[in-house]
Amino acid sequence: MTAVDVAAPVHDNRKAFAEELMALAAADPRIVAVCNDSVGSSNLVEFRERFPDRLINVGIAEQNMVGVGAGLASMGFVPFVCAAAPFLTGRSLEQIKADVAYSQHPVILCGMSPGMAYGELGPTHHSVEDLSWLRALPGLDIVLPADRAQTREAVRMLAAEPRPTFMRVGRHKVPDLPEPSTLERGRFQQVRDGADVTIIAAGTMVSRALQAAEVLAAEGVTSRVLNASWLAPFDDDAVRAAAAQTRAIVTAEEANVSGGLGAAVASLVATLPAGQRVPVEILGLHDFAPTGSTNVLLTRAGLDAEHLAEAAKAAIARA
Amino acid sequence: MLTTDLEQVLIWRAERDRIAAAEPAEKATLLAGRAQAIRRRVVQMIMAAGQGHVGGDMSVTDILTTLFYETLRIDPADLPENRDRFILSKGHCAAALYATLASCGYFSPKELGTFMAEGSALNGHPNRVKVPGVETNTGPLGHGLPVAVGQAVGAHLAGSPARMFVVAGDGELQEGSNWEALMAAAHYGLENLTLVVDRNRLQQGARTEDTNGLDPLDARLAAFGCEVRSVDGHDHLALAEAYAPPVTGGPVAVIANTIKGKGISFMEDRVEWHHKVPTSEQAEQALLELA
Repeated sequence: MTAVDVAAPVHDNRKAFAEELMALAAADPRIVAVCNDSVGSSNLVEFRERFPDRLINVGIAEQNMVGVGAGLASMGFVPFVCAAAPFLTGRSLEQIKADVAYSQHPVILCGMSPGMAYGELGPTHHSVEDLSWLRALPGLDIVLPADRAQTREAVRMLAAEPRPTFMRVGRHKVPDLPEPSTLERGRFQQVRDGADVTIIAAGTMVSRALQAAEVLAAEGVTSRVLNASWLAPFDDDAVRAAAAQTRAIVTAEEANVSGGLGAAVASLVATLPAGQRVPVEILGLHDFAPTGSTNVLLTRAGLDAEHLAEAAKAAIARA
Repeated sequence: MLTTDLEQVLIWRAERDRIAAAEPAEKATLLAGRAQAIRRRVVQMIMAAGQGHVGGDMSVTDILTTLFYETLRIDPADLPENRDRFILSKGHCAAALYATLASCGYFSPKELGTFMAEGSALNGHPNRVKVPGVETNTGPLGHGLPVAVGQAVGAHLAGSPARMFVVAGDGELQEGSNWEALMAAAHYGLENLTLVVDRNRLQQGARTEDTNGLDPLDARLAAFGCEVRSVDGHDHLALAEAYAPPVTGGPVAVIANTIKGKGISFMEDRVEWHHKVPTSEQAEQALLELA
């Protein structure tokens, strides 16, 4: 059963993140949280109460925050560095490059409230460039959990086997995906199968992709839906299979299209033999967003079920 | 990853023990001898590579020699979690660091001949993934101190006696990340953290005070909560004393007043020797002066 009930309850993944982190921290003294005054927005209030010494709040100083995370990792701790995604990635990009990715310090960078979760606060507070910036860094994993179960699993996996990682922790509420909602390093999950088109979606877009598949099914178009939950290392095999087994690919991400999921898919498809180079439609952001709520901005950017279904038909028509 | 040179480690251990047991005058002589040997090696490395940052290498050498032969609780052949940590934040002076690390046996001194050669582990800026003894990768300025703050917080959490030493250039202090880190170091009461500023008063293009002045540096560091110690950065005994744990309980900042190009007459305090490469005649003279 892969249908998504549009009236299904929706959830803020930050809560699942914080609960899982606390459960693990209770048993593992190596786990520490580092933040930039974002104790509330990172849902770390209870963590601070339970483990006061293990919440290192460096104040509003993101460059230092990421360096401190690297230092803690080099001393054998497992640091989850939590901050609003735009400031974590933009302000401290060189620290992420030099101190985490190039130095290979196992720091888990947790980008809170990514994408356009802060809707009306505007583009300074949107994190839609993160995937483009960070996908350019070798040795850095990128994880985009699409629901509560994947968020919990990401925390468990990264605590058990820490490695340099950026994970988005969504604030914009999303429904739980059909069970079992699992996670595997370097792999996309197939959450629905079909023959006409493959929709590859990440994070908040996965449930919308499933809704689009329902819209398309009503018109006799069958869709494979892939959850691109682990963006780096990239799942080349899943994209190759989509190109070989379906007629077109649509990508959807709450991010700028310049270097994220869609760009990764397109650059792989472009290298395939002529007969396998299926049409690709890339949905995402192209500009700084105007004032609006997250939902309004997502719809405006074409990141809703209806636009996704239209893009799928357009891609198939080019096949 | 380069591997430990056990034979060289034994040589370093013997020398370190000899220095530890020596009377002050002899200790100063022994450390000065080590430092001059490292300077000579650095000049040879830069001549072989045809590039490098000779001015800063010469100014930082006594700072490094005192740390690795006198102060740090480290051993290249034994790396417990509670060992002291050293970070060269002014990563462009990698040649001085490599020559020091090799003399301790972190890797074979023979490797120094590959400095900046194609495929060498010894890049122009240090890489911990390839070079033992390097704790974090540096090169872009203002990165070492935040990492050391994290290490110092970690040592507190672990109940470890480890001390963290960071050497930063003076020009490097123009990077704001250092001051973010110092604020946190004071807030967290990191008495296990020592910042050593290689105060040679020159940056790449000009004097620091003509660029974006740092003085009064001692007052500024003190205002950020450091216990400040200003010493002659070429006086090994003074450096060793300044590296002692703090009295106050906060981080220590050692202002090591140095001369860029130290030991080579025509380079001393000359801005153009930031990364100029000597001619072979100049290198010959430099090696004679460093003998």
